[in-house]
Amino acid sequence: MKHHLVLRVVAKLLIPLILLFALYVQFHGDYGPGGGFQAGVIFGAGFILYALVFGVDTATAVARPPVVRVCVALGLLLFSGVGVVSLLLGGRYLDYSVLADDPVRGQHLGILLIELGVGITVAAVMVTIFFAFAGRERA
Amino acid sequence: MIAQHLPALQVVVPLLSAPLCLLLNRARVAWLLSTAASWVALVIAVLLLQQVLATGTLSYELGGWAAPWGIEYRLDPVNAFVLVIVAGIGSVVMPFAATSVVHEIAAEHRVLFYTTYLLCLAGLLGIAITGDAFNLFVFLEISSLSSYIMISLGRDRRALTASYQYLIMGTIGATFILIGVGLLYMMTGTLNMLDLAQRIPSVADTRTVRVALAFLTVGISIKLALFPLHLWLPNAYVYAPSVVTAFLAATATKVAVYMLLRFLFTVFGAELSFEAMVMHLVLLPLALLAVFSASVVAIYQDNLKRMLAYSSVAQIGYIILGISFASVTGVTAGILHLFNHALMKGALFLALGCVFYRLGSVQLRDIAGLGRRMPWTFAAIVIGGLSLIGVPLTVGFISKWYLVLAALEGGLWWVAVLVLLGSLLAVAYIWRVVEVAFFQPAPRNAPSQEAPLTLLLPTWALIGANVYFGINTELTVGVAHRAAEWLIGGGG
Repeated sequence: MKHHLVLRVVAKLLIPLILLFALYVQFHGDYGPGGGFQAGVIFGAGFILYALVFGVDTATAVARPPVVRVCVALGLLLFSGVGVVSLLLGGRYLDYSVLADDPVRGQHLGILLIELGVGITVAAVMVTIFFAFAGRERA
Repeated sequence: MIAQHLPALQVVVPLLSAPLCLLLNRARVAWLLSTAASWVALVIAVLLLQQVLATGTLSYELGGWAAPWGIEYRLDPVNAFVLVIVAGIGSVVMPFAATSVVHEIAAEHRVLFYTTYLLCLAGLLGIAITGDAFNLFVFLEISSLSSYIMISLGRDRRALTASYQYLIMGTIGATFILIGVGLLYMMTGTLNMLDLAQRIPSVADTRTVRVALAFLTVGISIKLALFPLHLWLPNAYVYAPSVVTAFLAATATKVAVYMLLRFLFTVFGAELSFEAMVMHLVLLPLALLAVFSASVVAIYQDNLKRMLAYSSVAQIGYIILGISFASVTGVTAGILHLFNHALMKGALFLALGCVFYRLGSVQLRDIAGLGRRMPWTFAAIVIGGLSLIGVPLTVGFISKWYLVLAALEGGLWWVAVLVLLGSLLAVAYIWRVVEVAFFQPAPRNAPSQEAPLTLLLPTWALIGANVYFGINTELTVGVAHRAAEWLIGGGG
């Protein structure tokens, strides 16, 4: 771990910014270009960069595979869960208007939640795929 | 209140159960959940079919966005029937999975198997129920990707290459379908199938629309394994775990046939597909070639699963043959065989699953003399085989009857003769199994036990359906006929 000093310092500087940018793309998706899928990929890329520079073992200590696996399921569950809630509140499946008192706020809340679901699943799947390939030799 | 949401729940129940399976992370719990989800899906499908038969079409606007802008789920007799087939097969296959999966799939992969099964079920049901051409492509990818994973779970390492081969072919097919949908979108500015059907006639004379039809037909033909685009199918069926083979053989290709029906008859309309584009001149020869080449190849197979896989290619030929007549009787025969073939192949692959459970092999030489040691399993294979041949009192006879009827109605008596000759080839490959299993002595170390009841009951449930729907044809023929009339009538 002594070599690649420049790489490690730059990666340490960049990774927080990458994660922050992912969150910006995630939550600004309502107003500008972006959304859950792009944000998830960027977020996952942050973890993958970490694993490339500091080793897969260190990365799996941060993002433990069982937790990542739960996240894969959680995102999809959040997405379809929002649909079921809107069903229970008397709307059509994925009709966000019924989620709040005001239809506009309901739409806002709904799209925010399902994009979050997309983001979580995409990021977790990216990391899982990377771990699967990176850990192949040891398995 | 719940009744009006049934179309959405049809897809949502399995889709929501899939992540739950992964979260709970226990194979046993995942099995219970998958079985429950399949049964709920079947109940919903049956309720929807009843509703559609009573009142005509049903439409559900997802998210409250009106069609053609929003995604619409649209049910008519055709896809309501396909939903029942898919959910029905899932409900029978899942009880079988409990014992078979423990035997055939590695422990750490079992939860993943149930998760991908549920995703695949959701995808297949979604393809059938949606009224939106792009949404159909999305569901197609969901079901395809999960079926590649399910196939790769087979214990034999060749399952990986089989799955990879299917992945490549399937992706080419899906891409063709996407290009077709894209071209249609370019010409009409809409993705809703009903809206497409209304707008296409005004631009039907353009090369773009014709190319779109060609892309869609070829893409879907890869997915449904129409000769000569069937090369991915035998390996995928042979190396996949028994449950997966039974499920996919009975549902995946059937849903692809439904897509073909939907695009040829509803979206493009029979007039454009069959009069302007002479689709029958392409489909009819390919269907007959499929029947004969695949049946002949099936006769020479020593692996029983591979034999049945080639027989599937032949049977798909019969389905396409019915559709290529483009008449009400012909399409009735096609849809009828869609249902009936799902029953026979589901039953036969489950019976082979029983054989594999006891023997660890499905090679012809290994089953010598087992007919008496495993009487129930081999009786199931014999009845399923008779149904495949088309012997009276089984569903196979009903399909062949309507096929021959449709051929004679279209004045194509030579096709009727060829259908009967094709059945003789089925006699040949089924007889090989019967001969080895019943008339050859068993080796001394052959297993002497019948397959466990948990495997036999689902198998016999499907065998029972083969006989029941072979005698009481009111339901199946009635629905298939209405569906065919719906498609030929333009499905307004």
